[in-house]
Amino acid sequence: MTRATFFGWGHTSASVASLANPDSEQAVREQLATTSPMIARGLGRSYGDAAQLSGGLVLSNLGLRDVGDIDDKGVVTLGAGVSVDDLLRVSIPQGWFIPVTPGTRQVTIGGAIAADVHGKNHHRDGSFANHVREMNVATPTGTFRVSPSNDPDLFWGTVGAMGLTGVITSATIQLLRIETDQILVDTQRFAHLDQVMAAMAERDHLYHYSVAWVDCMTRGAHMGRAILTRGNHAAASDLEEVNLTAPRNARLGVPFDAPSGLLNPLSVRVFNELWYRSAPKDREREPQGLSAFFHPLDGVRDWNRLYGKRGFVQYQFCVADAASDTIGNVINHLSSSRVASFLAVLKRFGPGNASPLSFPIPGWTLALDLPVGAPSLPGVLDDLDEMVLNAQGRIYLAKDARLAPEHLRTMYPRLDEFLALKSRVDPANQMTSDLARRLQIVGK
Amino acid sequence: MENAFGQPQNVVVLGGSSDIARAITKKLCAQRTHTVVLAGRNQELLDVAAAEAQEYGATKTDTVLFDATDVTNAARTVSDAFDKVGEHVDLVVVAVGLLSDQRAIENDATAVQESMNVNFTWPVVALAEIRRRLVAQGSGRILVISSVASVRVRRTMYLYAGAKAGLDRLCQGIADSLEGTGVRLQLLRPGVVRSRMTEGQSPVPFTTGVNEVAENVMRGLASGERVIWSPPLLRCVFAVLRHLPAPVWRKVTADR
Repeated sequence: MTRATFFGWGHTSASVASLANPDSEQAVREQLATTSPMIARGLGRSYGDAAQLSGGLVLSNLGLRDVGDIDDKGVVTLGAGVSVDDLLRVSIPQGWFIPVTPGTRQVTIGGAIAADVHGKNHHRDGSFANHVREMNVATPTGTFRVSPSNDPDLFWGTVGAMGLTGVITSATIQLLRIETDQILVDTQRFAHLDQVMAAMAERDHLYHYSVAWVDCMTRGAHMGRAILTRGNHAAASDLEEVNLTAPRNARLGVPFDAPSGLLNPLSVRVFNELWYRSAPKDREREPQGLSAFFHPLDGVRDWNRLYGKRGFVQYQFCVADAASDTIGNVINHLSSSRVASFLAVLKRFGPGNASPLSFPIPGWTLALDLPVGAPSLPGVLDDLDEMVLNAQGRIYLAKDARLAPEHLRTMYPRLDEFLALKSRVDPANQMTSDLARRLQIVGK
Repeated sequence: MENAFGQPQNVVVLGGSSDIARAITKKLCAQRTHTVVLAGRNQELLDVAAAEAQEYGATKTDTVLFDATDVTNAARTVSDAFDKVGEHVDLVVVAVGLLSDQRAIENDATAVQESMNVNFTWPVVALAEIRRRLVAQGSGRILVISSVASVRVRRTMYLYAGAKAGLDRLCQGIADSLEGTGVRLQLLRPGVVRSRMTEGQSPVPFTTGVNEVAENVMRGLASGERVIWSPPLLRCVFAVLRHLPAPVWRKVTADR
């Protein structure tokens, strides 16, 4: 078995483990039978240490690549290692889109369920698992086909559980009918955070998709200035020319790690200024391709290398509407600490689902990309944890690389429900990860 | 596990009752460290250091007693310490060393051997065991306390500085050998530090307190640099000093 070095998308906390590449559910079961501690890994887009296991076995799901036929109701069964990109190449030409997509197509279906990913339509459609009809989960005590009605405990316990119940091997999901490959996008610029949040709270329900990009470097009258883009799928009657074109490969790439410190408070400030000024003040119903609207960063391969060798962390949290002032307080604290934070992403969340570890709670979510290196950053993020805890919010495990274990239980009050399920399907705690150890979910 | 900022949770400190080690342990515990196993030669001092670690946030502490003049116990001391942590060890600090009055020992073969055991041989044997265990773990860090004195050995402390020089160079080789294993070794090269070890020495420039050293260690762990200098300016000072012509070097270091 080969040994390999693993780290998350943020390029921090590398660790070495054995790597297995099973190409069938049976091969996954054989790996589980070895009783070696293990964790499944997809395309490695979790930012922190969720899909690695120092000294253990990392089980790649990329060999599980079966793409079933899409039936006339848009239901399809996919191997867990099929990426969103693989799926869209097949489904868009047939007029089907994925019901929930994260900001990149480079995630696997197994990873999307394990992290219960969300998109720009959570306020309307919930997270990814809400559209999963059934899935196969290979656990240390057996392989189960589960759905929200058949063993809901294991189904929802696996959703958002970062791989700690077992290995997802395949899933059946409901796709979304589309008539064209365009989104009609409304873009608005706001000079202050309060304005953009008011606009989102008032009118997001009129749009299928909504996201705001917030500048976290400005203070005072322009604190949290933002660009809000919202859109709906274009119907065939909206466009002169109707296409259903599959996404293209990235045309640009970052061939090596940029020097650490390339993204510093000054360069980020300059970038944010240019970006803000280049956005239209108010533009309606501009047609944009699906890739340009949903996956702009997929146009540049390995963009995470721009953060240099030391890498970066993403801090994503959510809070309920009642605590919406936390968003402003966090941005104020960041800008006054002079920590460089690239464009932050602000979204509305609708109701969460039945999973005990799923991230979304109804209200707001803010995601911040922060380069590692500033000596004050660890302390600033600990401060943000306190603010999020006081607001009864939580941070997203798929992004986390630094939370203190004592905060996990407060942020995820249903942790014990999850642990009870885990002891049912994995009594020996065979499924574990560097994240599970760091947050003391699994002990050793 | 260590987090994205190089902050460890489970730590072993060899030479855990030394002043520098205690300052480092305190700062680690104020961050994310919750388990600390301290190894040293004096139980009383170890207990004080362990209590201090708890005061700063550690939830589990333990101690291991050893005598660094006897190199045969090095591997066993390391395995005892790892066993007492009982889970993944994120950071091992090697802070074993003793600065003796050179004039008192340089003509005594037994004393010279002891000095070399404490400052070189014991740490090297321990490092072999640490290296083996961390590589099997697939991740972890080693911080070895060297000294700026190792950069250029001076006549008044050639035994101590020479042993540190050997340790320092050997560790650079270990660091290279660890490439691709998930394990990293970093060297700390402090200048003169006000501590029990240096009591009574004549004052020299760039002397710092132990807290400043510990602060530089925290930054070095976060950045991952191979050699942590404390204070950082000494990197530049020694870039010059190491190339001084020998007669000038002898003159500069005649009485210190």
